[in-house]
Parts: sequence; C-alpha cells; structure tokens
Amino acid sequence: MIQYTLRRLGLMAITLFGVSVAIFVLLRIVPGNIADILFDSAGMIDPAEKQQIVKDLGLDLPLITQYTHWIGGLLHGDLGYSYVSEKPVLDEILPRIPITARLAGLALMFAICTGVPFGVISAVRQNSWLDYALRVVSLAALSMPSFWLGLLVLMAFVDWLGLLPIYDKAPATWGAAILMYCVPAASVGLRSSALIMRLTRSSMLEVLRQDYVRTARSKGLSEAAVTFTHALRNAMLPVITVIGIETAFLFGGLIVTETVFNIPGIARFLVVAISWRDYPMVQNLVMFIAIVVVSVNLIVDLAYMLVDPRIRLRT
Amino acid sequence: MKRSGFLLAVVCLLGLGHAALAQKQGSTLRVTHRDNPPSASILEEATISTDMPFMAVFNNLVVFDPASPVNRLDKVVPDLATSWAWSDNDRTLTFKLHQGVKWHDGKPFTSADVKCTWDMLTGKVQGKLRKNPRKTWWFNIKDVATDGDDTVIFHLYDPQPSIMAMFAGGFSPVYPCHVPANEMRTHPIGTGPFKFESFKQNESIRLVRNPDYWKPGKPYLDAIEYTIIPNRSTMVLAMAAGKFDLSFTADLTPELTKSLMEQVPTMQCVMQPTGTQGNLLVNRERPPFDNAQIRKAMVLSIDRKAFSDILSQGVFQVGGANMPPPEGFWGWSKEYMETVPGYGADVEKSREQGRAIMKSLGYGPDHMLQLKVTTRNIPDYRDAAVILIDHLKSVYIQAELEPLDSSVWYARLIRKDFSVAMNIQGTGIDDPDVQFFENFLCDSQRNYTSYCNADLEKEFHRQSQMKDIDARRKLVWDIDKTLQEDGARPVVFHAQAGTCWWPRVHGINIARNTIYNHWRFEDVWLDQ
Repeated sequence: MIQYTLRRLGLMAITLFGVSVAIFVLLRIVPGNIADILFDSAGMIDPAEKQQIVKDLGLDLPLITQYTHWIGGLLHGDLGYSYVSEKPVLDEILPRIPITARLAGLALMFAICTGVPFGVISAVRQNSWLDYALRVVSLAALSMPSFWLGLLVLMAFVDWLGLLPIYDKAPATWGAAILMYCVPAASVGLRSSALIMRLTRSSMLEVLRQDYVRTARSKGLSEAAVTFTHALRNAMLPVITVIGIETAFLFGGLIVTETVFNIPGIARFLVVAISWRDYPMVQNLVMFIAIVVVSVNLIVDLAYMLVDPRIRLRT
Repeated sequence: MKRSGFLLAVVCLLGLGHAALAQKQGSTLRVTHRDNPPSASILEEATISTDMPFMAVFNNLVVFDPASPVNRLDKVVPDLATSWAWSDNDRTLTFKLHQGVKWHDGKPFTSADVKCTWDMLTGKVQGKLRKNPRKTWWFNIKDVATDGDDTVIFHLYDPQPSIMAMFAGGFSPVYPCHVPANEMRTHPIGTGPFKFESFKQNESIRLVRNPDYWKPGKPYLDAIEYTIIPNRSTMVLAMAAGKFDLSFTADLTPELTKSLMEQVPTMQCVMQPTGTQGNLLVNRERPPFDNAQIRKAMVLSIDRKAFSDILSQGVFQVGGANMPPPEGFWGWSKEYMETVPGYGADVEKSREQGRAIMKSLGYGPDHMLQLKVTTRNIPDYRDAAVILIDHLKSVYIQAELEPLDSSVWYARLIRKDFSVAMNIQGTGIDDPDVQFFENFLCDSQRNYTSYCNADLEKEFHRQSQMKDIDARRKLVWDIDKTLQEDGARPVVFHAQAGTCWWPRVHGINIARNTIYNHWRFEDVWLDQ
C-alpha cells in the first residue's frame, strides 16, 4: 500500500513537470503578449514604451531563463507578480480558491446526494414509471447547457421571487455562503447528478444480476441489505471514477457558472488572465488546477483499494 | 405689486431651500461594471472601464458644466482652477488655482502637481507613465510654468481654443506629483469627492466619501460600489431585480435598454452616443488599393442605413468623422451630408456608380476582386464586418472574413499588415482637434490607413486656431467632407447605447455627447 502510494506520488511529480512545461510553452506560442494587450486596451502603440514594458517584465529573457525563474520561485513559494494587477499572484489566487472550492464542493455534494440514490432507485425499480421518469429527467439534465439553465434559474428567481441569487459581496457567515452558493451549485451539479445517476443505475443493474446477489437473497437477507451492502458497494467502482473526474472538472471548468452567477472564482479569473496573457497568473493557476486534478486521481485510486479488497490485495 | 413680488421671492427661496434639504446624505450607490479595468490610472488608459469608476477620485483643472447636458467649449466651468485667462495673442493660458485643497493622503495640492501632470503627458518627463495614449492631445503645449503655489501657466505654440475641452475631459485629471505612477495604477490618490478603498480584480471597485472634500457639503453618498458583471444577461436581470442602482454607462444595447424599460416601467434610461464609430480601413499602400478608384467604389457600396437598422434597429447614426447632430456639435447637418458622395439617400444609384468604376478597371460579376476583410474577433466588430462583406458584393468584390484575436489586432493595424479592415474606435471628446490630430495627421500613430494630405493638414491647424465657432464649424464640415471623399477612413456608423438607473437615484445628469464625463458623482444622492 505504501509502495503503491509512493509510486503514484512519483508519477504525480512527473505529470506536474509535464504540465508546467506544456503550459509555459503553449502560453508563449499563442500570438501576442501582455505588452500587446496593454497597448490594445489603450488603443495605440508606441514601440519604445512597449519595448520598455517587455524589458521590465523580463519577457526579453531567453525562455529557459524565464522557465527556471518561474519554477525556482514556485518551489520557494514565490509565485511572482501579476502583470495586470501588479500585486503578488498568491494574493490574487488565495482569496478565490475558497470561493471555487465551496461552489465545487456544494455542486459535488448535490450531485452525489441526488445521483447515487436516484440511480439505485431507478435500477431497483427497473422499467417502472419511476424508472422512466428518472431516466427522462436525467437525460434532460444532461442535454441542457449549463449557461442556459443558469440563466433560466436566474430569470425564474427574478420573476417569481423578485430577487437574484448572484454573488455581489463576500458572505459573512457559513450559512450565508451556503445560501448564496446553493442555487449555482444545484444548477451546475444537475448535469453531474444526471451522469452519476445513469452510471449508478447501469452499474447496479449489472451487479444485481450477479450470482452472489442471488445467493445473498437465497440466504434470506432483506432487500435493503442485498441492495446497499452487497450490490451498491460493488457497483460503486465506476461511480467513484466518475465522481473523481467530475471533481476535477468542477475545479477548473466552472467558467460558465461563475460567469452567469457572477462568482469571482478561479475559473473565471483564469479565462480573464489568459485573455491578458498574464503569464505568472495563468501558469500558477493552471498548476494549481493540475495539482487538484492529480490529487483527486490519487484519492480515487486509493478509494478503489478501500472499496474493493481485490485491488488492495493485488497491489 | 411690490408685496406680491416679495412673496414670490420668499416662496422661491423656500422652494430652493426645500430642494437643498431634499438631498439626503448617506447610502452606497451600487453600480454595475462591464469588465475588469486594465488599471486604475485614468491617464494611462483609453477605456471607459477605467474612466467611469475612477473619475470620482480626481478633479480636473476645469470641467464641462455637470448640470449641462452637452459637453461644449462654451460650457467649461472651473474645478481645481478658480479662473483662467488668455494672453500673448492666445498663446499663454494662466490658471489660478484653489487654495487649501488636499490630496487624499493629506498632502497639499499645488501648482507643482499641475505642472508635473502635464510634463508627464507631453513626454517631457520620461518613464513616469507606462502608457501615454493621449500624448497627441497636448502637441501644442510648449511648456508649463508655475508662479507660486496657486498659479500655473501653459505656454502654447499656437492659439488653440479646443485645449480647454481637453482640459475639461474625463481623461485629464490632475495627478499628485509625490505618488509614483505604479501606485496610481493600483491605489490612486486624488483630490476628488471619493477616496479609493479597494479594487478586487474581476470582482469589485469601492470608493468611499472623502470627508475633507474641498467643496463643502459634498459629496452626498457614503460610498460607491462597482460590481464587475461581464455577462450582460446577468447584468440586466440584476438591474431589473433592483440589486443595483445604476448600470455601467452605455453598457446596454438599444434592444436591451428597451427590454429593461419594459420589465421595469419606472426605470430611467437614456440612449447616448458612445463616442465610438465604425469605419472602413483600406490600406492605400497595398495594391490594388493604392488605386483611388477602387477605394471610391468600395465607399459607394456602403449602405449606412442598413448597418444602423441591422445592428441597432435604426438607433445608430450616420455621419462623417465628427459626431453627428443633434448630440454632436461638430458633425454635418443633414442637408450638408446629402452633398457628400456615398451619403445620398439613393444607395442603389451610388452602387451603380461603384459598379461602373469597377467595370472600367476590368472587374465584373464573372471576375470579382478577391480580398480579406480583417477585423477584431469580438461581436461588435465581427457583425459589422459581415455586413460590410455583403455590401462589397454589390460592386464586384468578393471578400472573406479574417477575424483576429484582440492581442494581435492593434499590432497588425500599426504594422499596416492588412488590406481592408472593419474597425471600431472611440474618441474621448466631441471635438475636431481630437478627431483630426489623433487619426488623420500624416505621422499619427493612429493613422492606420497612412492617409496623408499636407494641404488638409494645414486646414486641421487652421480650424484649431479659430475662435469663431460658427466659422470653425463650417471649415470642420468641409475638412470632414474631403476626408470622406478621399476615402481616408470612411465612417460607417456612430454607435449609441443605453444607461439606466432606478428612480431612487437623484442628481445623475448624463451628457448627451459623451460617455466619458459627468461621473464625479458629487451631486448624486439616493432617496432610500
């Protein structure tokens, strides 16, 4: 188990190194840099002033030097300064992480709390009206683009309740935060919920047809014990994989929800930083998201071992 | 009779007193913001995204009368300057300054700050500003001198009445000498009615009341909070739900303004020119566009009314380089415009002339001129470019759209790396000096089409020195006509957009001919 974890941690480090090189190179391949964009926003270019900015920001240094400066700083906890805000990158990123984490956490909680039980119910009551209804709802949820759903939710709130659940200032308490995030979280979590529900259903249907489930029933176990203790635990492996993927997606892919609900999280911030070619900001944000993704993958792999003893024994 | 007159005077005074008392102190004005400003430094930016939220931090030497709906030379009133006087055949401009004014950090404001600001703007002091987008505005300033703490003297090369308009514009605040430029980009210090409190990137901007403001009793608001909402649909819903008091200026398209007024009938909305115009850029150095006849045929293909109808349901206006009336002061009258080629009501007749030109050059329905229309890859630009491509077909020109990322758009224009482009550009002040010197001087950085007409340039300078406004306007019309006839940068439309606020907001006075002014908020108060 320890050896397996160490091996995975080693792979994580190699992956992160690859990500760091890829994002560094890709950012510089994209046409234009911060100097171009600063002058774009001002509407004109004075070549001398532009060259001065390029020099001030160290963009005229060789790429290898720029890369080693960045990685060296990163390893020492110095993420550099944002080209746009002229503030330390860490000061800009840190306040936004809890915002996205809360939104992603609530969305994930909503998705798991609704997706898994409904998936089980749908499988257990296969081909009943309830199963049909849940399948239709899940298909609809998968088909609805989140920006469209988000706007519909906002319009409904304005028309029916006369209020708008968007972010306009930092909530003072945890209760206020949950209230503020619950609508966008449900809106973005609906798609994940539908995905988890459909996967749980198909996985459960497969497991429920297994011989050991029949054996459990023949032993006289209650239907609840058969479903939840024997079937669901074995059906959870693919569901855990999807939950892991969705967690990673939710951390980096909330751009639409953050835009529609005006939430100042890291996804929206990343897109703006890319449009400004704010290299220090983009590089460090992408590295942060990459760390979250590989960490979640590691946790998912470790969770497999906890859920399925066969994997534990093999490793 | 005397007695009734006295009574009337008393009633009037009581009425005035009541009106003054009606202004409530306190409350926070909540305003939407369309995007993240590139910085907080007005002098270094050329966008309303910076100008509107940070204007209330500063004062100018002079301003356009905040109570007047138009920004015009005859509406300039004192701000940090108490008075001004012209001398030396209108080549010297002397400002007397307010005494006792303090910067937000407690340091005194003096004439040295004014000198320092314009030394930076004219480029006499290098390295203070990272960007200086309006350097061309101040080409006529020879030097700036001080006479004690309360007098500042501008020496000009030539008389220039319009320089007062530039001093009064929202982009010309006075900066403190003692604060470094990089600090002004992140934490601006001014003398204005509101102090800077915070600027959270992509989130919000907050200004708070300056209790030591040098205009007694003002401002009325405790604070102004801008929330950055890039998504227009969310912004409109937030306005309708009453979450905000005022929308960002000119952030609502004509359709959205109409929709918001239908949703909330009590909403106060004003449509105003945005100061931006759509224009056609033709690179006259690149064959075959070095042929004036081809450029003329292209201009004749444009149906300006169609642009307005499609892009804005007929709200956008048609005109030359200067903003058209009634909002604009220097634009052509309707009658005059009819005399300009390509501006006549009969578009088909113009296109027939265009086709004849193209045929004489060997082009026709079976042999169309192939070209690329380059534009910036954002909706306002793209939509206009697509309509242009459609219009060009009418004169045997087959065009393909080349959308460019914003980061390379201006660089390509500066390098003249385009044949034909659809451009949208803004002008800070409704003034011919700003328009002509920024865009049409032979050596101007913004002269993207390399148009150069030495004789016309002399006329730019001649109009700039004229004091008789009516005579100057006549000359400006003629210059503008020549520019359009020469296809220097054919203007296709002048954009308009809406600003809305709830009836609880009082003291808002939107300027009819600019979006870049009247955002000091010192007279604004909330009735709640």
